[in-house]
Amino acid sequence: MGHLEFDVAHLFAGGLVLVSFMLLYQDRLYALLNVFALQAVVLALSVAWQAYVHDAPHLYVTAAIALIFKAIVIPVALHRIIARLGIHREVENVVSIGPTMLAGMGLVALSMVVMLRVTTDAYPLAREDLAFALSVVLLGLLMMVTRNNAVSQIVGFMSLENGLILAATGAKGMPIVVEISVAFSVLIAFIVIGTLLFRIRERFDTVDVEALDRFQGERR
Amino acid sequence: MSTLPSDGVTLVLAIPAATAALLALLPGYRLSATLNVLSAFLTLLAALSLLIWKPESGPYILVDDLNIVFVVLNNFVGFTTSVFSASYIAHELETGRLTPVHLRFYHAMYQVLMFAMNLALLANNIGLMWVAIELATLTTVLMVGIYRTREAIEAAWKYFILGSVGIALALFGTILVYMAATPVVGEGLDGMLWTVLVKRVSAFDPALLNVAFVFLLLGYGTKVGLAPLHAWLPDAHAEGPTPISAVLSGLLLNVALYAVLRFKMLLAANFQAIAPGPLMATMGLGSLIFAGFMLYRSDDIKRMFGYSSIEHMGIIVFAFGMGGPLANFAGLLHMTMHSLTKSAIFFTVGHIAQIKGTQKIASISGLTVTHPLLGWGLVLGVVAIAGMPPLGIFMSEFLVVSSTFARQPLLALPLVAGLLIAFGALLLRVHQLAFGAPKGGTGPVRASYLPIAAHLTLVLMAGIYLPPALVAWFQHVARLLG
Repeated sequence: MGHLEFDVAHLFAGGLVLVSFMLLYQDRLYALLNVFALQAVVLALSVAWQAYVHDAPHLYVTAAIALIFKAIVIPVALHRIIARLGIHREVENVVSIGPTMLAGMGLVALSMVVMLRVTTDAYPLAREDLAFALSVVLLGLLMMVTRNNAVSQIVGFMSLENGLILAATGAKGMPIVVEISVAFSVLIAFIVIGTLLFRIRERFDTVDVEALDRFQGERR
Repeated sequence: MSTLPSDGVTLVLAIPAATAALLALLPGYRLSATLNVLSAFLTLLAALSLLIWKPESGPYILVDDLNIVFVVLNNFVGFTTSVFSASYIAHELETGRLTPVHLRFYHAMYQVLMFAMNLALLANNIGLMWVAIELATLTTVLMVGIYRTREAIEAAWKYFILGSVGIALALFGTILVYMAATPVVGEGLDGMLWTVLVKRVSAFDPALLNVAFVFLLLGYGTKVGLAPLHAWLPDAHAEGPTPISAVLSGLLLNVALYAVLRFKMLLAANFQAIAPGPLMATMGLGSLIFAGFMLYRSDDIKRMFGYSSIEHMGIIVFAFGMGGPLANFAGLLHMTMHSLTKSAIFFTVGHIAQIKGTQKIASISGLTVTHPLLGWGLVLGVVAIAGMPPLGIFMSEFLVVSSTFARQPLLALPLVAGLLIAFGALLLRVHQLAFGAPKGGTGPVRASYLPIAAHLTLVLMAGIYLPPALVAWFQHVARLLG
């Protein structure tokens, strides 16, 4: 693989981490969805590039799923849900933006240290991809922890999942990547859009998860 | 018959899948419930046939002595639960908690869940196993939320979030295992096959395997319900329909445990990698003690038994973490006994909650007076789960404790302490539930006693006499586990 191929792949993977950071500080739901759509586009580009470089045509399917499903269908659907619920106010952050960003940087540093150290004899592109992918996964996790709104938790989960797709496509020649991305899309579509949000909207005026916490578990 | 696939594995997978499609189309809950039972029974027969005719392993399917144990147990409890479910569901329909449309969905999902669990147990491909466990999570999330009350939706939401994060971490671990495998076995399908991985794991990069195992243990450990990742489990058990609580506790936790065990075997075969045992033993012990204390604090009967499942999964993971032939044997036995006992308890609890119209422990009392069969069934079940002799769980707990004493006497102290804490809590609660002046509804009950009796009889028998064939089989599997 030449320098150019490597650099472009690197650029896309790095871009994905950058967009994950952008997700962290979005405090309006519409903006959050737009940034998420951007992340899905970057993921699609990255996967398509891997497909081209590794000459693995089946990865184009994964790229297409990322582009059509995650960059267009899901954001549009969530947009409509938000509009219908009338919750296009601010996103409630449990932790404020400053500490969240610092924690995010710490997580990226952590994943670099861990992954680059343990993959010394792996293929260089896969190595970097894996380190970036773990960063995206951890940033998605951080977002799920710091937000208490159902829509932004879903976005956090989907961004986490984007990191996993990056890792799976980075692992050269990994079988059933397409099946895994389809399985994830089914998970997201089925549960999130189809059932839970529908029911939450049906029963509650808000999708703030804390509003569901009437049931706190143990009484005493 | 030559055109029809007839080996056990195909049937174990095809029967639930076909029934699920059929049940999704059929209206009428009576027919569906009967079909559900029938299909579960046929799947059980197919699973039993694996004991006699063992098919060859292929690129996607693996049948060995370890997973046959899980498959047979899975389908046995799946069958008895479907029998219980038929009578439980009829009552839910009468009280209007579920509508016929819900039931159609429920029955189809039950079979999809059985299919997904069987596939996860029989998969030879670590990616396929992951997809199957994801599918099982998906179906159970939907079933936990089926009552659509505030609490049920919260429980389903919590389960969805934690379960998804868990399986996401597990996928990352799976990818890392593949990455570790590629330099040795080459790219492509071979890097994801158990049969290939286990043979050649000694040459894998140990550092990468270590990181992979941490992700896998946390990921699948969430689904096993190990503390501190257990938060979804008590809610999901308390708010879903009781047959689903029984299947969750008795089966789905085992399936996730099976995944952890497979990866543990992988790590144990690579001598440079960290020993997976201490990690598992620590998490197991932590779960046991934590859940032991939480048992005192639960005021919901199904929630309490949810915590009890965490406690027992803790014991099992601890036993497998200790490793060695005796502890592994004890772990396998305990897993089997726990599945049987816990699902029997959920069967009785399901009927009790229906009679009393509540799950609050404080508003249930004097069951042995008003409903002697159910009351004594519950007492027997709780006595068994608490680990009293001469029942099966006493024997497996005794084996876990004695093997720990022999090798790490210091670890035996917290283990015994945890067991005693849980023992006290369970006896305290069951005393209140079963004896004293009757409280709550005293209406008649159309319970299905057969599954309860079958499970408890097996547990009692196992405590008194274990058939030598079973002992030999478990000993063989225990040696496989290393």
